[in-house]
This record gives sequence, structure tokens and C-alpha cells, in this order.
Amino acid sequence: MNKLTIKRYCHIKNNRIYVDGELMYAYKKAEGLRAFAKSVYRYLKPSYNRFFKMDEISKLGFLAAEVLLSDFGKSTYYDEDVSIILSNSHSTLITDQEHQLTVDDYDNFFPSPSVFVYTLPNIMIGEISIRHKFKGENTFFIVENFNAELITNHINSLFLTQKSKAFVGGWINQSESDYEAFMYVVSADGSIPHNTIEISRLYKLIS
Amino acid sequence: MEELIEKLKVQIIEQLNLEDMEPEDIDAEESLFGEGLGLDSIDALELIVLLEKEYGIKIQNPKEGQKIFFSIKTIAEFIKENQK
Repeated sequence: MNKLTIKRYCHIKNNRIYVDGELMYAYKKAEGLRAFAKSVYRYLKPSYNRFFKMDEISKLGFLAAEVLLSDFGKSTYYDEDVSIILSNSHSTLITDQEHQLTVDDYDNFFPSPSVFVYTLPNIMIGEISIRHKFKGENTFFIVENFNAELITNHINSLFLTQKSKAFVGGWINQSESDYEAFMYVVSADGSIPHNTIEISRLYKLIS
Repeated sequence: MEELIEKLKVQIIEQLNLEDMEPEDIDAEESLFGEGLGLDSIDALELIVLLEKEYGIKIQNPKEGQKIFFSIKTIAEFIKENQK
């Protein structure tokens, strides 16, 4: 059995996108995630109208995947052979709050179905899976901080039990004041060893 | 009726987050679902909420939905018939 490696990684924070440690895109206006995501969409031009229906954190995960998977080589895998393991600390709190506002007032009670459907973080995994036709395992962990060991162990377990051959791992978080996406591809054809030390090192490259 | 149709186009673009679309891009008689505007089942629920919130109209029989939401024009006709 081949050894797993990290093939590519990206980090999105402070209105900047880094791919394999290099700055790929910077949005110069000091605006929040909504405006930043829109500017990245215009830059990448994925022609995917469903993007505009997503909540902000799903847009962040979607865009990280767009950048990361541009040279993934999906055709070399069966749909069932690619799994997604993501994590964050705030689940979908911002979207949950948006939904709450629509149901707080009994006399103005109009919950929005399109907001409500995004009040679970694994919906983001669903959006990425639909876009890239991934049908493998998917898991979303809620943990206090990015935990490289947790994700690495889970990926190794899926690989050793032959559930999947390639993986997307990472941390996609949105709080009231900040956002961050760190996402990486794990497969047999990369150059960086897949272990906790390397993943922690890559995560800390962009502070 | 024309005024209501134009208002509906703006409301639908806003409510359904059709960001790349302008009112003039929508043909009032074009099918909203399937091959037309390509709306989905969640959009259909949003349209039900829009009718209730903006026009005070509740759809009593869900089976009527397919006919009412066929196009912007059919929605406008339904509003005209049912608004008090």
C-alpha cells in the first residue's frame, strides 16, 4: 500500500489566499467575508450560480476547494475514493444567528428556508462534494482549535481500512470577528509527508 | 399588472440571491423551474415565504404550487386574484 502524502495546501485568512505557501490573491478592501468571497468568485470565475445561494462559511469552504483542487486529477479516482474531513470551532454560528433573527419576533415570523438549510457545518462538505463529485466518507469535527492529530488519525484510519484513496482535510471557521480556511489534499502522489508535525508546520506558515 | 411583474422580478432576484441577474434578464412568461430560470425546491419554499411576507397570501393547497409558480406572470396573476 502506498504511503500518504500532502499534495497541495491552501490557507485563506485576512482577505488573502495562499497556495503552497505562496500568495495567490489579495483583496485590498477592509471588508468582511461576504465581500471577500464575492471578489474571489469574480477572480476565479467558476461559473457556478449555486455559489450565490450558499451561506458565508460554505462560500469560504467552496472557494478553498476551488483553489486547492484545480489540478487534483479527479478523473484518476472513483467518486467513492475521495473523502472530506473538515473541522472548526464555531460550527455555523453566524448562519444560526441569521436564522434566529427571522424567528425571534412572533409577529414577524418568517424563517427563510434558504438560510435554515445551511445551519449545519456538514452542508459545506455537501456543497464541495456536489461541485467535485466526491462520494466518499465525510466528517465534520467541532473542536476548540485546529487539531492536526485528530484529522490525521481519521484520514489514516480511512486509508488503512481502504475506505478511500484521497482526502481533503482542513479547518474552515467563521466567527463574529474573523474567518479562516486551511485546507489540504492528501493522496499518494504528493511530496510532503502526511503526519501531524508537517500539517501543524504548514498551518503555522501563515500567521 | 406590468408594475407588479417588475416588482416581483426585483423581489425574486433579491430573495433568491440571483446575483448575476438583472430584472430585464427575466422573461415574465419563462418557466422558473427546470430549464427556465433553474430554480430548485428550496427556492420554491422561499417563494411561498415571499408571497406570505410581502403580499399576505398563504397558499392553502400545496398542489397548486406548480401552477402558481410556473412563471413570474402566473405568480402576478395569482397575487391579483388573491390579494385583499
